[in-house]
Amino acid sequence: MSEAVVGTQERGAASIGVPVLGLLALGATLAFLASLLVGPSGIGLPLGGEAARMILVEIRLPRAILGALIGGALGLAGAVLQGYLRNPLAEPGLLGISGGASLGAVIAIHSGASGAFVLALPAGGLIGAGLAAIAVMLLAGERSGPLTLILAGVAISSLAVALTTLALNLSPNPFASVEMLFWLLGSLTDRSLVHVWLAAPLILLGAALLLTTGRALDALTLGEEAAQNLGVDLKALRTRIVAGTALSVGAATAVSGIIGFVGLVVPHLLRPIVGHEPRRLLPASALGGAALVLTADATLRLFAPLSEVRLGVVTALIGAPFFLWLVVKTRRELGP
Amino acid sequence: MSLELTERIEAKGVGVWLGGRHVLEDVSLAVSTGEIVAVIGANGAGKSTLLRTLAGLISPGEGAVTLGGRRLSDLDRATLGRQIAYLPQERAVHWPLTVRRLVALGRLPFRAAIAGPSAEDRAAVAEAMATTDVTAFADRPVTELSGGERARVLLARALAQQPRFLVADEPTTGLDPAHGLALFTQFVRMAADCRAVIVALHDLSLAARYCHRVLLLKDGAALAQGAPRAVLTPELLAQAYGVRATVAEIEGKPVVLPIEPLP
Repeated sequence: MSEAVVGTQERGAASIGVPVLGLLALGATLAFLASLLVGPSGIGLPLGGEAARMILVEIRLPRAILGALIGGALGLAGAVLQGYLRNPLAEPGLLGISGGASLGAVIAIHSGASGAFVLALPAGGLIGAGLAAIAVMLLAGERSGPLTLILAGVAISSLAVALTTLALNLSPNPFASVEMLFWLLGSLTDRSLVHVWLAAPLILLGAALLLTTGRALDALTLGEEAAQNLGVDLKALRTRIVAGTALSVGAATAVSGIIGFVGLVVPHLLRPIVGHEPRRLLPASALGGAALVLTADATLRLFAPLSEVRLGVVTALIGAPFFLWLVVKTRRELGP
Repeated sequence: MSLELTERIEAKGVGVWLGGRHVLEDVSLAVSTGEIVAVIGANGAGKSTLLRTLAGLISPGEGAVTLGGRRLSDLDRATLGRQIAYLPQERAVHWPLTVRRLVALGRLPFRAAIAGPSAEDRAAVAEAMATTDVTAFADRPVTELSGGERARVLLARALAQQPRFLVADEPTTGLDPAHGLALFTQFVRMAADCRAVIVALHDLSLAARYCHRVLLLKDGAALAQGAPRAVLTPELLAQAYGVRATVAEIEGKPVVLPIEPLP
């Protein structure tokens, strides 16, 4: 890439920063509306009557709200973690929090609690996420840096996966195993306003915490010592990141199951457009994540044969080719 | 913090343990505004550790570092960042920020939580870029610059903090002679402007020529401290570095020339 081209791009990125945010917000809003308009019976508002109101308010609205919140949380947490670790391949799952949430939810199904009480499933997920976050913080220790945090996250994540498969293995009956597996695949189907009331406050609180990390992440561009010299308290930053991710991604996973790749792909795609400063990427990734999850979910419902496919499967199907593209791009850039 | 309180940074009997090793042992150094002080010594002598301790990045296990009589550990990070700028030896830049945005990071300790840059911030950034001669590539990504250019950009970040004390770890490494001299000219200007520079160096001629005082470290302890003339002697250099060196004067400037390693 020639210098001139790079210069123009960078200046371009600076001047179009706000319009990009505006476009992303518009995209997320349109996706939200599309999510309200789309159902298994095709496009359009269900017309008239109590049944129509029920469909819109009880079925489609919670699904759209959760799609926006969960997508936003995943995109935002991904951008924060990539900034914190200064690694464009980081994603929220690395902290072990989504693994913990899955384990908690699977235990709720395994124990039969979810059969007795609908909210036992997300509650199990929330408890799992919280315990995983505490375990990661304790494991990482008082004064450790990002690398130790990730090692702790990977350890907790592996443990959670091992225990999750154990629960699947020992499941009391085939129906329970199918329920666990389907839940693990990630979906927004049949979520109610109760799920929204449970998850929304936690996701929003976590997102607010994560949004405050922007400046510290910018400073980390220069390494940990220079960042400290620029006023960053690394310990407080780490606590904010783990707590913010536990609240937002933990609550998201607790109500939807695992929706992968959003936290990885969205910041990666937006970085060249909004600029490379981590701070600029945070709101953009939140909006982009919301738009991606809402669009994927609406698309699923629109095409009848796809309606049985789980949302987490679709995001994975989008994510894998993205990696292939990344390989090709990197090879071209580094190649002769 | 009032100005008169911050005119002196002082390390008293500082000892630092890292990974079970006594990296610094009973080192004392006081630097007042108006001074340029060089910290010299062989690789692994403890220069970087001392600089980090003076910048408040490491809390000493023994002794204390004070800024205007207050322990660094009692001051919050943003306050420290407005008084002391630390330029690490490591020159990694993790994202391809443009030069201008990277230099602007130096204003973070001055900015309120959500506020954008003020006119004062912009002026400080522009001045720092002009001083280090990087304005010409202000809009290029830092990651595409040469090593020496990048070093100047990182220095500009530290200058943008407009610090009372600049703590710089081997800032001349990788600079061409013109920019190396320009750097020390800038240090002299800063000292005249009631600021102070503490700099770790391997170029002993620069230390002899520009620094008011020199601290010579060996194995984590102070071997000598004082005026360049008193510290940069063949005997002390032989002890500290294990080299035979000649100290001469050319065109009225002191030159320290290592001749050969001692057996």
